Amino acid sequence: MDRQSIEQLLWVIPFAPLIGALAIGLLCALSPKRGSFPSRTVVGFLACLGPLASFMVAGGVFLALGKSPETTPVHQTLFSWIQCGAFSINFAFEADRLTAVMLMFVTFVGTIIHFYSIGYMGHDKGYARFFSYLNLFLSAMLILVLGSNLVLMFLGWEGVGLCSYLLIAFWFDDEAKAIAGKKAFIVNRIGDFGFVLGIFLIYTTLLKNGPSSLEFSFLATHAYLLAPVATIASLLLFTGAMGKSAQIPLYVWLPDAMAGPTPVSALIHAATMVTAGVFMVARMHFLFDLSPLSGQLVAGVGIATALVAALIGFGQNDIKKVLAYSTVSQLGYMFVAVGAGAYSAGIFHVFTHAFFKACLFLGAGSVIHALHEEQDIRKMGGLLKKLPITGTTFLIAWLAICGIPPFAGFFSKDEILWSVFNTWGAYGKILWVLGLFGAGCTAFYMSRLVFITFFGKNRSSTAFEKIHESPPIMTIPLIILALGSVLVGFFGIPEALGGSNVFASWLTPVFGEHTSATHSNFIEYVVMALSVSVAFIGITIAYIKYVRKPFIASEPRGIAAFAEAAFHVDALYRIVLINPLFSFTRNILFRVVDVAIIDGAVNGIAKLSSVSGGLVRRLQTGTVRTYLYYFGAGAALLMLIVYIGKW
Amino acid sequence: MQMNVPMLSILTFLPLGTFVLLLLTPQGSSKLHRNLSLCVSLFVFLISCVILKDFIPTSIPQFAERFPLIDKWGISYSVSVDGISIFLVMLVTFLTPIVVLCSYKYITKNTREYYGLILLLEFGMIGTLVAADAMLFYVFWEIMLVPMFFIIGMWGGERRVYATIKFVLFTLVGSLLLLIGLIYTAWKASKGGHISFAISDMHNVVLSTKEQLWLFGAFSLAFAIKVPMFPLHTWLPDAHTEAPTGGSVILAGVLLKMGVYGFLRFVFPILPTASHLFAPVMIILSIIGIIYGALVAFVQTDIKKLVAYSSVSHLGYVMLGLFVFSLQGFQGGMYQMINHGLSTGALFLIVGMLYERRHTRLMSEFGGLAKTVPLLAIVFMVSMLSSVGLPGLNGFIGEFLILLATFAASPLYAAFAASGVILGAVYLFHLYQKVMFGPITKQENEKLPDLSFREAIIMIPILLLMVIMGLFPNPILKRTEPSMQKIIQQVNLSTMQTRDFSAALQQDQGSINHDR
Repeated sequence: MDRQSIEQLLWVIPFAPLIGALAIGLLCALSPKRGSFPSRTVVGFLACLGPLASFMVAGGVFLALGKSPETTPVHQTLFSWIQCGAFSINFAFEADRLTAVMLMFVTFVGTIIHFYSIGYMGHDKGYARFFSYLNLFLSAMLILVLGSNLVLMFLGWEGVGLCSYLLIAFWFDDEAKAIAGKKAFIVNRIGDFGFVLGIFLIYTTLLKNGPSSLEFSFLATHAYLLAPVATIASLLLFTGAMGKSAQIPLYVWLPDAMAGPTPVSALIHAATMVTAGVFMVARMHFLFDLSPLSGQLVAGVGIATALVAALIGFGQNDIKKVLAYSTVSQLGYMFVAVGAGAYSAGIFHVFTHAFFKACLFLGAGSVIHALHEEQDIRKMGGLLKKLPITGTTFLIAWLAICGIPPFAGFFSKDEILWSVFNTWGAYGKILWVLGLFGAGCTAFYMSRLVFITFFGKNRSSTAFEKIHESPPIMTIPLIILALGSVLVGFFGIPEALGGSNVFASWLTPVFGEHTSATHSNFIEYVVMALSVSVAFIGITIAYIKYVRKPFIASEPRGIAAFAEAAFHVDALYRIVLINPLFSFTRNILFRVVDVAIIDGAVNGIAKLSSVSGGLVRRLQTGTVRTYLYYFGAGAALLMLIVYIGKW
Repeated sequence: MQMNVPMLSILTFLPLGTFVLLLLTPQGSSKLHRNLSLCVSLFVFLISCVILKDFIPTSIPQFAERFPLIDKWGISYSVSVDGISIFLVMLVTFLTPIVVLCSYKYITKNTREYYGLILLLEFGMIGTLVAADAMLFYVFWEIMLVPMFFIIGMWGGERRVYATIKFVLFTLVGSLLLLIGLIYTAWKASKGGHISFAISDMHNVVLSTKEQLWLFGAFSLAFAIKVPMFPLHTWLPDAHTEAPTGGSVILAGVLLKMGVYGFLRFVFPILPTASHLFAPVMIILSIIGIIYGALVAFVQTDIKKLVAYSSVSHLGYVMLGLFVFSLQGFQGGMYQMINHGLSTGALFLIVGMLYERRHTRLMSEFGGLAKTVPLLAIVFMVSMLSSVGLPGLNGFIGEFLILLATFAASPLYAAFAASGVILGAVYLFHLYQKVMFGPITKQENEKLPDLSFREAIIMIPILLLMVIMGLFPNPILKRTEPSMQKIIQQVNLSTMQTRDFSAALQQDQGSINHDR
């Protein structure tokens, strides 16, 4: 398809799922007997239609951008959204090559997960509601990616946050899940607080130098004007990213987000939404490029998150929690990359991670499904025999996340580590060492998960014979994603291995050439070999600990207990921040300031007037004689005053 | 466009006429009372739609009517609408039928008086907004108080007497000062030896800085009580909580905005220098209001009180937007007023619906309601999201413009004010979780009726407006912009500042010339 016609169709990408969401929502709300009509088949069909349409148009965009020699993005303005004096925001979509990559995998993984959900949610009472939310999420995510300006991106950004909230709290009659949803939204809002201030700072700074706009194309060409505020502005935006992409200190919502249905964890809390922060930093790369300091901070936060989450991952026993912390950890790696200016490496990891992490989550879902909602890995074991497809695909994705060549994760993680190795001299080397250590940790806790779950003896309460593989509607998505986990890495074969890194050169028009110190291929081989060996070490230790010796579930002690409790960060926040704020509000602001002081003053004045009224009332005796006395005394007083005045 | 039909007078006096008509009907035929008032209020809404259709987006007052009342004192019956008042009038006429409709079940005694007073209130509100004569404005301003007094006092909750007296005393203190201020300004606005109460004449009056400061004190106290600004807000939680649902909706939806309207109509154009001098104080009070209102809202156990305190927070945004004196701030403030009317109105309606079902407003009495009343849960969700300013819904537009304008003036102020965005989510999501989510803990909650047809009819227009105003704010912004520009010019004349953000950006505190 040619550029012009695809430009006219951009709106379809976010609106197709939106129409799906509205259609399902209306059908569901208007149905006379809730739950009976519309039928599950109709809802499932409707739900997959939108994402599929988006995927097809996204493919068109991808091809159009690939074919055309010009690298200008495709753009469609729908209408003027906000027009207020000089401030003007269009409701417009724009796709460049970065957007195209995001669109492709978001719609692809999104569609697959919709299909999977038909099987996974098949027996749930909130089936239609689920798909309505899921469609809505996809729509918001695509607006986030496609929005041609920061404000429209922010619309998508908050929209995905809302859907995330709705889906985490999907089984709302469980109070813990409802609270988890609320927590996700509020923590994200803390990040968004930074995000909006960043938007304001960018806008007002540009305004000092003439006309201002928040369109990405305008920002990219006028980025030099932002130089004086680059550090603050980029860090404010990064605060938003920390919320959405679960970085320290705002990562605490993501592990709790596992309360949502597993396909949600796969789509929203692993493959797409949580990578929005990385995407945003990459989108605003021209701003982050201006401030080396903020780049270093971003990478520093990234590596710290990667390590802390990996260490917590050691002690987790809920299959989804392990995956959640591993997501937090992998997101940390992505920020290390974009912080180091290796945007294409960061996005590449976003891309490969979407496949293997979605595969892991859906696999976990399949396991949970087979074991009747059991999530504790201590009560699993030996499942590979019973769940061959789930098990095999899970193992492939596991190898991918561990960074074993030639699986996808190897290429992307290696590119990140190689990039930091080549940036910032000593600081980069430190990050690289830490990253390498983190990679080993990743290999260890992921292997621990795999070995305990799929190998050894069955420890589940479900009789082993009764465990069945999931239906094809669930296993086919797994197979597709597992294939992806093997294959997508080949888009990014580094030049040292005889590849041409198609992925990076595809993104060159967006990010420009990533200049790094040139090292000989030899050093690159060594770095590569080191990361592979670290992964093998991690796997081996896990093998010795959990396969060679039969696994016995025991109460964790010491550091393991500390890790299981996620380092007590939630409790820390509660004690240090949340409780003091609200007890201050309740006891001081409300009871003292509002009720006692302000209201007290008001009532005091009222009291005063009634008391003084009471006093004055005594003068009104009702007898004429008293009044005459008053009259006489008053007249005498007046005369006295007049007399003194004259004198 | 301007026909010879006195549209505004019809709009204003139709509710009054119906009020009189209602008093002639027999007590007890409540069906007649409510249907009559519904029809009339819908018709009034229709008239206001015609006015809106013919409204031209300029700053010139339109649909003007004028004839002298007391020539000697320069008082005339003179009405008109401009960009400041048009959408507030629309808000009044839009909310009144909703208020009538939402009272069908709850108000069972003295329906004749109740609906009559609602219409009398509408008369007062429209009159206040369209009055182009200060004395007329004052009369309508006082008229508004009377029906509200009775609505809270007669159909209110347990502590209604306390709430009513507090409400009236607070407001009366302000009114008195307002009257003095208006008379003084009218006297200063004398033309050829004749006092003039015409607001347009008042706008041209030249006052010394000292006079301005005194008048600012008088005017802004009256208006700030109505808004209400921190620390003059304590009448509001009581009045809101004790008022019947319809009363709360009007109180939050419209009456509070009358305070803001007063600032726009009188304080800024007449007292520009004083406005600038007092701006830092007002901004800080607004920000305190935003944060304080949100925090205190969170610790409430009574749902209605929570929503009431949220008004303090939201109106803080509005006042903040005004006092940074830039077009975006004014426009954002104006928009936020309409938003607040819709979202908080909707929240009060929902609280009312919950109360009608369970006869309690305690948060702890609810829980898990999303299961029994799913449609109500959806309506609640959308209203809440509008209130927290989710992009795509109306609340975002106002908040964003206000915060942007504030940031242009002072990033520090904006940072504090923007924290309200977080806190807003905290108290509302907390409320939603407590009421709608979680297991059903109380047996009474297991079988509650979902949204009735009447309730759906009440809520759907509000929800639609939230979405439409969130995606297409321009039709409103375009119509208010010229009037806002005009006030900006008037208020910034004294400081030689230009319009738009640049006003705030190029502001050099040292070079401000405070004397006109």
